[in-house]
Amino acid sequence: MATTKDGLVSALRTPTGAISTLMVAALIVLAVVAPYIWADEAARVDIPGLLEGSSSDHPLGTDNLGRDLFARLLVATRLSLTLAVLAVAVGACVGVPLGALPTVLGRRGGRAIASFIDFSLAFPSILLVIFLGVVLGVGAHAAVLAIGLSAAPSFARLTQTLAASVASSDYVAAAKVLGVPRWRILARHVLPNVAEPIILNVTLAVGFALLAMSGLSFIGLGVQAPSYDWGRLLNEALGRIYVHPETALGPAAAVVIAGLAFNSLGEALAAAASTRPAAVPRRLLREQKTPHPASVSSAVGADAAPGPALVVEDLTVSFPSRFGVITPVRGISFALSKGELLGVVGESASGKSLTALALAQLVPYPGRVSATRLEIDGHDLRTMPTTARKRLLGTSLAMVFQDPGTSLNPALRVGRQIAEVGEVHGGLGRRAAMRQAVERLRGVRMSSPARRARQYPHELSGGMRQRAMIAMGLMAEPKVVVADEPTSALDVTVQQQILQLLRKVRDDTGASAILISHDIAVVAQFCDRVLVMYAGRIVEDVEAGALHTGPAHPYTRALLASIPDMSTDRTQPLATIAGRPPDASAIPDGCAFAPRCDFATDRCREDRPDLAAVDSTWQRVACWYPRTGPVAAQNTPELVGQ
Amino acid sequence: MTAVDLDGVTVTYGTGQHLMRAVDNVNLRVPADGVLGLVGESGSGKSTLARALVGLVDIDEGRILHDGQDLDDLPARARRQRRRRVQMVFQDPFGSLNPRMTVGDTLLEAIRTTRMLPRSMRSGEVVELLDLVSLDARYARLLPRELSGGQRQRVAIARALAAKPDVLVADEITSALDASVQGAILNLIRDLRERLRISVLLISHNLSVVRYVSDTIAVMYLGRVVETATTDELLTAPQHPYTRALLDAVPRLGLDALPTSAVLDEDPADPHDPPLGCHFHPRCPMGPVLHPDRVVCRTEDPSREAGTRPHQAACHFPGVHTLA
Repeated sequence: MATTKDGLVSALRTPTGAISTLMVAALIVLAVVAPYIWADEAARVDIPGLLEGSSSDHPLGTDNLGRDLFARLLVATRLSLTLAVLAVAVGACVGVPLGALPTVLGRRGGRAIASFIDFSLAFPSILLVIFLGVVLGVGAHAAVLAIGLSAAPSFARLTQTLAASVASSDYVAAAKVLGVPRWRILARHVLPNVAEPIILNVTLAVGFALLAMSGLSFIGLGVQAPSYDWGRLLNEALGRIYVHPETALGPAAAVVIAGLAFNSLGEALAAAASTRPAAVPRRLLREQKTPHPASVSSAVGADAAPGPALVVEDLTVSFPSRFGVITPVRGISFALSKGELLGVVGESASGKSLTALALAQLVPYPGRVSATRLEIDGHDLRTMPTTARKRLLGTSLAMVFQDPGTSLNPALRVGRQIAEVGEVHGGLGRRAAMRQAVERLRGVRMSSPARRARQYPHELSGGMRQRAMIAMGLMAEPKVVVADEPTSALDVTVQQQILQLLRKVRDDTGASAILISHDIAVVAQFCDRVLVMYAGRIVEDVEAGALHTGPAHPYTRALLASIPDMSTDRTQPLATIAGRPPDASAIPDGCAFAPRCDFATDRCREDRPDLAAVDSTWQRVACWYPRTGPVAAQNTPELVGQ
Repeated sequence: MTAVDLDGVTVTYGTGQHLMRAVDNVNLRVPADGVLGLVGESGSGKSTLARALVGLVDIDEGRILHDGQDLDDLPARARRQRRRRVQMVFQDPFGSLNPRMTVGDTLLEAIRTTRMLPRSMRSGEVVELLDLVSLDARYARLLPRELSGGQRQRVAIARALAAKPDVLVADEITSALDASVQGAILNLIRDLRERLRISVLLISHNLSVVRYVSDTIAVMYLGRVVETATTDELLTAPQHPYTRALLDAVPRLGLDALPTSAVLDEDPADPHDPPLGCHFHPRCPMGPVLHPDRVVCRTEDPSREAGTRPHQAACHFPGVHTLA
């Protein structure tokens, strides 16, 4: 999470942010110094020169006592801003505690406060200001109170919403379990974590309060003579608007400019707060174009037996970041035979999911994908025109994501969404597409498919939604199904059913599948071949059956040894791997696993091993010192580190 | 040492049509100085049960007993004191630490609220707690965002230990972590349990993880505990068909084929509208779907007589399938 400081800095970098900051700063300086410089001039009565229009001495003319209006305008900055800030302070001081109360009070008290906030929000705030202004009486104090009180409900609602989400977080739950008193939870846990958006809102509110204050003064409810703010000046000048319009324009312009300055500063801060990782220097985006040195074993895929369904060579995905270009996928190459079930395993930040996204050309902006070869079913994706590529991807490649809850549109019936694929890519009519959709739902063994097709995604369970996603992928008879953690959100018994379903799809249609998972046991059981990824590279390419008999890379072996399974010796501690995977922004030069590896030498730390065949088999490993033999029985000291 | 008993505990969410019995009449014992593993699918009520145990959600029926003492019978102050003997570690180490408090502040707060410790001894205690979870003293000055997932989870465990608990509730504490880090956290839990002689309720959907750490395992399905037995007994002779299905579904290295599923190809029932009788009967390979004469599964809740059967199995036909 970035700090407020980062947010401020990036807010200042945008043109709006920079200009509004400068304007607000200028206004504050003016408010401080103007009364010292121009107070005398603003108060000097000059009876012969009363009610004059614009002149070189008096740029905005004079008032009914001959006082210089420009000087009065500048001097009024202090009072106008002070009253606006005071009003917001009143609003925040009433609203924020009110909004925070529901998190402190019990269920019933909280509900009462929430209803009160709802109730007070129902009043239009400008009417409330005028009503309160009239009730509280005429004058600056009353106006400040009126505006403050009318701003309070929106502060209360904002605080309430933000505080509610923080209050449901696990760290607040942990504090409750420890018995931390409620007021302390509020002060230490809730308020610091909601402060940032509330402060942003304060800035916005100052702009609003300034307008409202000027409005009240203008209609005579606010500041009273002999004091004056911009609204009062506007009020006094109104009578002469047809004779000397400049006298009224001055204060009007001041109100508008100040209001705009605070509003746009608030907007800029809010924008900066909501898009934290933004503000990437252009320079970094351009640097990307330098091609990566090819480091591919050329034998890849060329002779894969029945013609590969997918060939990937030197696939690289990189993102610009504050730390320079980071490259989470670093030149990976593999080929997928027709009908093959390929597993990709790795920990977080290994690049496995980005690899899947890159295959489907779904890497989000500003990520960049490059490859020396990227072919689906013999068609090169890189050289194709965009429309043809989209069509090919739409028909030949099916993606199944981890969370079936978010990958289906909640507002559309399941059948409609599936049928749409047939209409767009299969050129089917509405009826025929729907018939095919129901057929596909039956194919993925959905119970009563016709009824399910008429239901909305939220009416289906997680497993059924995942089936629906697979059915959608099958509409276009894909050559390759890419499934990224398709069962991680599901339960083991359902997981097994979904994996069996993917197998059945392969058997029925001859499609290949790539299963991406963090769970090496799932992958080993489901797939024919497994790619093990570490820090953006493939470190081992091994037949699934050989995973437990002879993995060659120390990482694969350590990973297998560290995961408990149903035969792990319960009397011994689990083997662990010291350290943690490297951050994508700081991947070591040599073998990325070397710092955690028990067998690493200086060679490993300096010189990165390429993926190369082990002995005469087609198992490939990126290691200078590949191991042989079965992984030692679980939790023996072979790899116990730390 | 404290043994914690759940006696007929029921927790419901919502009202009227939307009423859901997240935890349905559960009897369970977390033994003193032992590890109870709780497995079940997502939505089976495991986390709600954990939250009820530490007092984060109110229970609608039943009692929670600490060493036989009903918490509701105690005056408020004593009840709070008792509650603090049960601490919880949450699943997501990125959400369970206040992003604006340093590790040291988080631990200090826990120490100050739970124990009468003179101010001068508190910082020493912070260092000791960090040491307990194998973290260096310098971590006290860091903010959560400067830590990895595994380190954060260690801090969360240290925070729970600050209260000197008798019972640690660990709710899916490894499922948000990388595989290579998971083992170290499980080792830590085992190690703490031995060193501090605390009891642990370990909740996980991963049977291999639960098996590795637990002495006793309870299996939950749609709000009900369907089987409870010692780890060895449960793994070798499961009495409930659902337990059997779970065991079969665990992926194993070295098995080429996916095992054929032991549950019928039906999705789990909607927890808002569970089937009558035995909640598992529509998916049960031993139930009325394949054995039409077993109508009792559709009508009678088998958990009523569970206490009298082996493994307290909530099944009208326990054990019969294990020979198959």
